[in-house]
Amino acid sequence: MKQVTRLLALAVVAALALAGCSSGKPDNADTDASQATAGDGETGGSRKGDFGPPQGAPVKAVLTSPPQVPPATGRTAPAKVIVELDVVEKEMPISEGVTYTFWTFGGTVPGSFIRVRQGDTVEFHLRNMPESKMPHNIDLHGVTGPGGGAASSFTAPGHSSRFTFKALNAGLYVYHCATAPVGMHVANGMYGLILIEPPQGMPPVDKEFYVMQGDFYTTGKYREKGHQPFDMEKAIEEHPTYVLFNGSEGALTGDKALATRVGDTVRMYVGNGGPNLVSSFHVIGEIFDKVWYEGGTKFQENVQTTLIPAGGAAMMEFHMEVPGSYVLVDHSIFRAFNKGALAILKAEGADNKAIYSGKEVDYVYLGDRAQPNMQAVATAAASAKAGDLSVEEQINAGKALFAGTCSTCHQPEGQGMEGVFPPLAKSDYIAGDTKRVPTAILHGLVGPVKVNGKDYDSNMPPMNQLTDDEVANIATYVLNSWGNPGGRVTKAEAAAIRQQKPSNASGGH
Amino acid sequence: MRHFAALLLLVLPLAGLAGDGAARYAGLPGGRFQSALKYEDAKDGVRIKPFALMRRPVTNAEFLDFVTRLPQWQRNHVAGVFAEARYLSHWESPTRLGPAALPEQPVVWVSWFAANAYCESVGARLPTWSEWEYAAAADETRKDARKDPAWRERILAWYSRPSNQALPRAGLQTANAWGVQDLHGLVWEWTDDYSSLLVSGDNRNQGDADKAKFCGAGALSMDDRENYAVLMRVAMLSSLEGANTTANLGFRCARSAR
Repeated sequence: MKQVTRLLALAVVAALALAGCSSGKPDNADTDASQATAGDGETGGSRKGDFGPPQGAPVKAVLTSPPQVPPATGRTAPAKVIVELDVVEKEMPISEGVTYTFWTFGGTVPGSFIRVRQGDTVEFHLRNMPESKMPHNIDLHGVTGPGGGAASSFTAPGHSSRFTFKALNAGLYVYHCATAPVGMHVANGMYGLILIEPPQGMPPVDKEFYVMQGDFYTTGKYREKGHQPFDMEKAIEEHPTYVLFNGSEGALTGDKALATRVGDTVRMYVGNGGPNLVSSFHVIGEIFDKVWYEGGTKFQENVQTTLIPAGGAAMMEFHMEVPGSYVLVDHSIFRAFNKGALAILKAEGADNKAIYSGKEVDYVYLGDRAQPNMQAVATAAASAKAGDLSVEEQINAGKALFAGTCSTCHQPEGQGMEGVFPPLAKSDYIAGDTKRVPTAILHGLVGPVKVNGKDYDSNMPPMNQLTDDEVANIATYVLNSWGNPGGRVTKAEAAAIRQQKPSNASGGH
Repeated sequence: MRHFAALLLLVLPLAGLAGDGAARYAGLPGGRFQSALKYEDAKDGVRIKPFALMRRPVTNAEFLDFVTRLPQWQRNHVAGVFAEARYLSHWESPTRLGPAALPEQPVVWVSWFAANAYCESVGARLPTWSEWEYAAAADETRKDARKDPAWRERILAWYSRPSNQALPRAGLQTANAWGVQDLHGLVWEWTDDYSSLLVSGDNRNQGDADKAKFCGAGALSMDDRENYAVLMRVAMLSSLEGANTTANLGFRCARSAR
């Protein structure tokens, strides 16, 4: 409550200041002032992020391993927060039967999640384990100051460094190692997220998850078994072997899927450690109700896919309506299915058929050319080109084309449909004049027609999308099938018929 | 190969070796050497005088001999400014090696000051960075194998293995073209001028180099940025202070030619 009063007071001061500044430009004065007082303007960033010296006893930050997120700080005043983060170099699986030497913050990839509040003074201890081979440091994007702490935290194996910063900007920030060679340290998994809560905290939700994408470069191929060393060439070329959520293929699938329930509101804190790739982050079957894009203060609503740059982050929130498995992917989609960028969010609970029915009916649908044997068509085309097209080839090609275009109405065996589509099989209409077949194909057929003693009120549209070749082949197939009299229609004949429009031709659809 | 051996015989007397010299040291002819570091004043390469380098890193047994001769370097006597508390902490006692420090293993948990004192005690000195880099540019057959991606990969593979397993004994690997062993793949090694390798703790400051570090030429930047294998060793050395010791940092000594 005190905070709200304070913010209001700030807003009033800001309004006055703006009004004062723009007094020389009376046109804009009203607009500026109203924007500031409406409360949807800027929050002031780092200039308004210092809430004074830390109050009370120092607090030790709760760090969590992914996919867990530490609890909200629940504080209304700035505190001194002590963060102790261990650098651990260790071998871990990157895929099934494949191991990799990761360099980590806190023993996991991504590193431990850090949560503080805007205005907090953070005393940071970076401890490099004695077994480490390499020196390491940390650059927190949430730090205001050169290098984000990197130069102040360069730490030899078996040593510890301390530096202190004030968290001036609220937001979700990436941290990573910046020791030479930076790219290799990042590619080995040295990154994580720090959430700097806004003064009023994040809106409460039912579930919070920590997911971070990264690209990995191994000398062996994707899923090649055994221990795989880092491949510098691939990293420079930006050709990752793996693109992963939370550092290993399967880190968030199967038994390790993120668990939620229908009715929950879920918030994800999603980072992208890179080193190289930008992520098109998407949850299949969910729409983000809110995305705090780029991890900042404002949110966008109703978003399908959000872009997360390398070295960037975003928060997204959505409500679970329907149970099932929702797949998290990088929608740069080959990464999901060929490089591992895939995770599962599993929602348990009752179905809601009004929102999503599940599968209702399975039925056959044959569209145009559903499954024609296009080989026969190709053969006919080749022969036609060579000038030695046989009737047999025409029939074969025509059969394939008929199955796609004509069989939908006249039926696969030319039997027609009583009262609706006249039969082509043993047709006295065709026997009366074989030219009627190509004519009907090219110009359609409208009006009453009697076939095999039955009346049809025909409304066949012209199939003039077919080429002269195709018309000739289909007609030849029909003439030589189902007891029809036989014969042949050539390409030239089809071309000639195309030119003459009979009186009963269809006007088309 | 035979020709090369003959050359070595010529070089060795130049190095002016005494006593254990011939067996323990390899002679290197020196000359112009293109470092992976960008030296503003040595664009055509740094000049390296003929020198001799220990074939293997100094072992626990050898270092035990040293602290027995000079007790002020035993871990319970050494001054805090010369070695941090973990100096030789893996030895069973100040004068006994024990199971965690076998005689043939390279000595680790040694400070720069202790390494320097050891070399002095055997009439030698620590190699300079340039000497070390020059010697370590070789593989088993070539004096400069650095352009070979396979060379880099081998070294990077060792960097990527944490030091949580017992060290092999020194002298196990095949000697390089100079007759020197274990420059890669066993332990990091102190160099005499390690503290002039002032690589910024923040590797991304290369476009805005700290000119105050000018006298440390290593601060300027890498000439060969793809040579991560060398860069990482510079980074390691520049993270250290003279009294520091780590689980995988040892040393070997060098001698100048007369």
